[in-house]
Amino acid sequence: MLRQIITALGLLGLSTLTLAADAVAQTEKQATNWHAIIMFCIFVAMTMGITYWAASRTKSTSDFYTAGGGITGFQNGLAIAGDYMSAATLLGLTAMVYTQGYDGYIYMLCFFAGWPIILFLMAERLRNLGKFTFSDITAYRLDQGKVRTMAAISSLTVVCFYLIAQMVGAGQLIKLLFGLEYNTAIFAVGILMMVYVTFGGMVATTWVQIIKACMLLSGGTLVMFLAMSEFGFSFTNLLEKATAVHKLGDKLMYPGALLKDPVTAISLGLGLMFGTAGLPHILMRFFTVTDAKEARKSVLYASGFVAYFFNVIFLMGLAGILIVGQNPEFFEGGTVGGKLVGGGNMVAMHLAKAVGGNMLLGFLAAVAFATILAVVSGLALAGASAISHDIYARVIMKGQASEATEIRVSKIATICLGAVAIVLGILFEKQNIAFMVGLAFGVAAAANFPVLILSMYWKGLTTRGALFGGYGGLISAVLFVLFSKSVWVDVLGNKAALFPYTQPALFAMPIAFLLAYVFSKSDSSVRARQEIDAFEDQYVRAQTGFGAASASNH
Amino acid sequence: MSSAMYERMRANPKFTELVARRGRFAWTLAFIVLAMFYGFVMVVAFNPLSLGQPIAEGSKVTVGVAVELFMFIFFWALTAVYVKRANGEFDALTQEIVKEAWKENK
Repeated sequence: MLRQIITALGLLGLSTLTLAADAVAQTEKQATNWHAIIMFCIFVAMTMGITYWAASRTKSTSDFYTAGGGITGFQNGLAIAGDYMSAATLLGLTAMVYTQGYDGYIYMLCFFAGWPIILFLMAERLRNLGKFTFSDITAYRLDQGKVRTMAAISSLTVVCFYLIAQMVGAGQLIKLLFGLEYNTAIFAVGILMMVYVTFGGMVATTWVQIIKACMLLSGGTLVMFLAMSEFGFSFTNLLEKATAVHKLGDKLMYPGALLKDPVTAISLGLGLMFGTAGLPHILMRFFTVTDAKEARKSVLYASGFVAYFFNVIFLMGLAGILIVGQNPEFFEGGTVGGKLVGGGNMVAMHLAKAVGGNMLLGFLAAVAFATILAVVSGLALAGASAISHDIYARVIMKGQASEATEIRVSKIATICLGAVAIVLGILFEKQNIAFMVGLAFGVAAAANFPVLILSMYWKGLTTRGALFGGYGGLISAVLFVLFSKSVWVDVLGNKAALFPYTQPALFAMPIAFLLAYVFSKSDSSVRARQEIDAFEDQYVRAQTGFGAASASNH
Repeated sequence: MSSAMYERMRANPKFTELVARRGRFAWTLAFIVLAMFYGFVMVVAFNPLSLGQPIAEGSKVTVGVAVELFMFIFFWALTAVYVKRANGEFDALTQEIVKEAWKENK
């Protein structure tokens, strides 16, 4: 029998956790899927070739962290879209539309709406001020040692939680899709990731991301196209048939349980919107392009791909209601309306099989594996750069480290992070780790984002304010999640949650902003005066890009 | 040297113009997106039934689906509008400012 610890449905309505919840549900090993394994091996061979090529081009720290700043806006747009669309997006959101209809679509809009804001308010300044990590910006005119340490700690917190969620999700999915052992899957993901990042740095990571984004977009489009052909490419026709058979009936196209509580709705919206703008592996991508012009183009392309793909997923989920939901072959024991073979997450996979046979199923499974691998590599690189660039080179060596040693440290850091990811992935196999993605977004929105945006926009921010704001946001986001139902009740087994909401952003973000404001305003030291004066030059650079780190020549 | 450059750029009236024009444009667009998005979230939270109405008599397509599809397209169109203006008009102005600061430097 297939076990599932989380029957996602209840959780589906509540939070980001859901996406992960569904993707990381306990699964049973399936028969070995050779189509998928062969296609995945082709992907690995291709990306290894690229890594080999990239290794010869990765010499300086700038090559390692930001691919020498020579990625074009279009390439970077694809890579950002790749970073942002994980396996949970493909599988979890399709499943959500399949069970909840319109609610899944609302969720996707929440994921999308942050991108225009990032473009209007952040993209340009990020590129103009930053070099390798976003701490370069927060520490631009503040105390290097203290502020960088704070930013690196919150970056690593985000990276670790996100990594655990991805690793456990990877193990479960691969067990399900490929029929490999859980531990084998974890080791495969961890080791491949280490190879990509240590040898190929950002060049290889970017290309892995680009290839994977193309595979994901084309695979999804193909499945959607084949599925829609069964309904004469008519959306109205599809909707009529879907509402006729779905158990929600006409309510399928109504907002349901997902956002019925306004506090949760706003908190979720804030968390997803500003969490995106505080994820270190996404922010890092802005430093890989030549200039602000290309940074803006990256967001244009990335948001275009993301918006397009979300609409594809919406159609896939709806088509799945008829093509998968009415076919006894995909239900355990052959009873339509019972439990789906492999769990609720498998809608996209079953749909691929129904419209394109085993070949398409294999392709989509390989895409899911590739997706996890690419996201994990991006995360590892972001974590490694926080350790080597921020902590080692700037805080410990005070900028005196040579490029060669800095790269060596980041490679060692990558291997350590990979090892940690493998160990934690194995330790957390049977745990309900659904809260970790929510925590990662919560910390990103409450610890990284407020200090980052204030440092770019508010002249009055001082080191003291940044430290209180950053640590305050970090601690409060972690505590809110710890005391919420998803950890306090579901994981720790207490009776009632101490904090009544599942989303921390609405509460933790104001705390961070308030602390940063109060402790900056009350800071009357000489040092604070100098920091405020230094804003002038930073401001001109942010606006004009004069003095910004430029693309290195190969 | 570089600090002097920054000072000269800042003193240039074109810099004030750039910052004012680009800032106004970016914040206007950001305000439109935020107002529409959180307005939509509010409707979802307080009046979900209004989104469930069919767009036409007998149609299964609801207002909610139409509104959301519109927002996906509209938000993306806004990003395109911003990129077009920033990469053209604003970047040209920025280059002038930098060039003029160099000239004074000599």
